[in-house]
Amino acid sequence: MSGGWGLDGGAGASAEAQTVFSVQNLHVSIGRSPIVEGVSFSLEREQTLGIVGESGSGKSMTVLAATGLLDAPGARVSGSALVHDDRLGSQQLVGASRRALRRVHGDAIGFVFQDPSTSLNPLLTLERQITESLEAHRGMTRRTARTRALELLSAVGIPDPEMRLDVYPHQLSGGQRQRVMIAIALACDPALLIADEPTTALDVTTQAQIIDLVRDLQAQRGTAVVWISHDLGVIGQVADEVIVLQQGQVVEQRGIVDLVDRPQHPYTRELLAARPKLGGSPPPPVDAAGEVLLDVQDLDVRFAVSTPTGRGHVHAVQQVSFQVRRGTTLGVVGESGSGKSTIANALTGLVPAGGSAVLGGQSLLGRVPRALRRRLAMVFQDPFSSLDPRVRAGDAIGEPLRVHRLHAGRHRERVRELLDLVHLPSAFATRFPHELSGGQRQRVSIARALALEPDLLILDEATASLDASIQAQVLDLLRDLQQELELTYMFIAHDLAIVQQMSHDVLVMQKGRAVEYRPAAELFGAPAEAYTRALMAAIPPDRPRAALEA
Amino acid sequence: MRGSPRALLVFLGRRLVYSAVVLLGVMVVTFAIVQLVPGDPIRLALGTRYNAEAYQALLEASGLDRPLPEQFFSYIAGALTGDLGVSFRSGQPVTVLLLERLPATVSLAVVGIGLALLIALPAGIWAGLREGRVADAIVRVTSQFGVSVPDFWMGLLLITLFSGILGWLPSSGYTPLAEDPGGWARQVVLPALTVGLVAAAILTRYVRAAVLEVAHSGFVRTAKSKGLSPKVVTMRHVVRNALVPVLTIVGIQLATIASGVIVVEVVFAWPGLGRLVYEAVAARDYAMIQGAVLLIAAMFLLINLIVDVCYALVDPRIRLS
Repeated sequence: MSGGWGLDGGAGASAEAQTVFSVQNLHVSIGRSPIVEGVSFSLEREQTLGIVGESGSGKSMTVLAATGLLDAPGARVSGSALVHDDRLGSQQLVGASRRALRRVHGDAIGFVFQDPSTSLNPLLTLERQITESLEAHRGMTRRTARTRALELLSAVGIPDPEMRLDVYPHQLSGGQRQRVMIAIALACDPALLIADEPTTALDVTTQAQIIDLVRDLQAQRGTAVVWISHDLGVIGQVADEVIVLQQGQVVEQRGIVDLVDRPQHPYTRELLAARPKLGGSPPPPVDAAGEVLLDVQDLDVRFAVSTPTGRGHVHAVQQVSFQVRRGTTLGVVGESGSGKSTIANALTGLVPAGGSAVLGGQSLLGRVPRALRRRLAMVFQDPFSSLDPRVRAGDAIGEPLRVHRLHAGRHRERVRELLDLVHLPSAFATRFPHELSGGQRQRVSIARALALEPDLLILDEATASLDASIQAQVLDLLRDLQQELELTYMFIAHDLAIVQQMSHDVLVMQKGRAVEYRPAAELFGAPAEAYTRALMAAIPPDRPRAALEA
Repeated sequence: MRGSPRALLVFLGRRLVYSAVVLLGVMVVTFAIVQLVPGDPIRLALGTRYNAEAYQALLEASGLDRPLPEQFFSYIAGALTGDLGVSFRSGQPVTVLLLERLPATVSLAVVGIGLALLIALPAGIWAGLREGRVADAIVRVTSQFGVSVPDFWMGLLLITLFSGILGWLPSSGYTPLAEDPGGWARQVVLPALTVGLVAAAILTRYVRAAVLEVAHSGFVRTAKSKGLSPKVVTMRHVVRNALVPVLTIVGIQLATIASGVIVVEVVFAWPGLGRLVYEAVAARDYAMIQGAVLLIAAMFLLINLIVDVCYALVDPRIRLS
């Protein structure tokens, strides 16, 4: 597993090719447990190394340790990590003093992190956050640094950069914030850019823009990039070479095209297979003229917002109509802020709404009897926050039974049946959430929702925070349950590929409006609306970019 | 798009209106105190001096013989013009009595909270940045000790040390600042230190917790990834953000001290509001109690208003939302 380069794209193979970042035999351990075991690679100007693996595989640890930014108590790092910058020369980062590390951080190495909503300081203007490193490393005055910040903001595609300099992060969208993070990382023109899951928190269309932006800037400046992602599709769009990490070990390290075409290691094949992609198998067909279970007409939700200068409202859902037939899945897809989750909240009575929503003959809007609430159940996105950390899995699943007085006298048995339904051993009933993995927690959440024996199960981004392989398993489970119990789903997701795998009908939402609502096969076969086509086009293609460009 | 002065003024205006509404509510409640007390307030006020003529005289003087709505409006009108009635006990205007006590109370509160901040900010920041290390343990144990010690005992300890053993400071008494700044300063130190140490112990824990939370946040990692010096990372990124939640606690503590720390006032013979209220309650001096409650409520509102404005100045999300 040495760090030889298989140059597939040919990028960077110029006469002045030189190593920017060279990592040899990097080991990281915390206490006695090894976290990263023997990672080696080297990276030249304008090249991109992708590091891919599931959560907990040691991707971020590897890069943070190699760049001297790891801040975990009791962590030990060994090996070598040499960064070379034309101005600063070469610097060994493993075991370097804090002062030496500060000299290269922000100057020779720029960093972009996953969540742009938490990685910018909420109390400082964009100007201050961009100019900080220029003042620290380049000794620039406020005025010169401001001019440079202006250039950077327009380079990363922020409209009206002059006005935006004095803006605070909360006044920007997620995509704009990540552009600002990139401007900060590139402020001192670093030789190396570390991008740690930079698009994971973004919508698919925004993700595509950020990928293009980084590639353009990289080509202009000759920056070497280490791009970390759990998503092989994204890695395929950016990387020349790829390291596949599994539990801290490099299982495969090759050029991207070779890796995708001829995966050697079973884990790589698993990752490739688990990638959700368009054109996967749709759910088994159902009776197209089946009974309408949920009939929603002109659903309308407004949120009042008050500003210092008056009151206004956000029109979160605008006159949306759809139907869900019994035993089918309605996929609801759209970007963040499109109103997907608000529809779910309106149906479950969490927000007041206009229009009508009728479930099996009874209206869901306004004050409704408790027995009707039971007929709708919800599974939320984050299995870490949607389970009470102090309640055992069995009690969490049993709670709805108690509240709605179902299966009186045989709760324990019913909990066991429900665990069995979601393929968890009955011994899991006594476990606390922290003793479960993310996928297991989501199975518990599904079992809890099924405890009510609901007519309609609303799955709100239910698999979005799971690793691809776990997501695939949970989706299989949901499809099996639908067959077995004739369940009806409303499947809310931002990922078109998994919506296609799950849905019989699809509702595409944009800015509170339904832009397209059709049977899934028709919609994915020939999307009628430009917005739907744009969403589909933004999905990273199956083939790596290097292969498509060759 | 920056926080324009106009947005801040609108913000301030709204808060002022809220405060006025709350104050009006407080007035209704304080007015009701006299109506709701069991027994006859005039009779209670007269006590052993009771006779029919004195009763009639006091009844007319206090206006309690007039119809309720009239009483209410004259009470509100009086309160708005600074007339809070006459103390049953001393016969002096309540406003005069309250204003006499105000400088001592404000001195104690401001100096006390100042000392508390002087101790709590460095200690809390220092401990928060060294989580789990010896420094953190020392600060945590010391602050736990400070929280547990009763304030009168803290006061007695300080008197024993600084005035008994060392003889540096007077053990009690109060001199107005305007009369003799030196004397005022010497006399305010011990009572302010007493309330300040207790407040500091509580504040330190809040500062430490806030620093700890912010130190692990994404934007602090970003700041470190820029290669900024530890001083800049701490002051510009950690401390500023950590202070936002701490502001609320500082406001509550300031208001608590200002509304009277009776035990400390007694120990140091400090002529603060706390003792005035205590004496008024003991003597069933209702006009005095009404006035004091109103003043304390007004101080709470003023301090909250200041805290809100500080919030808005520090945090653009509040100023511009």
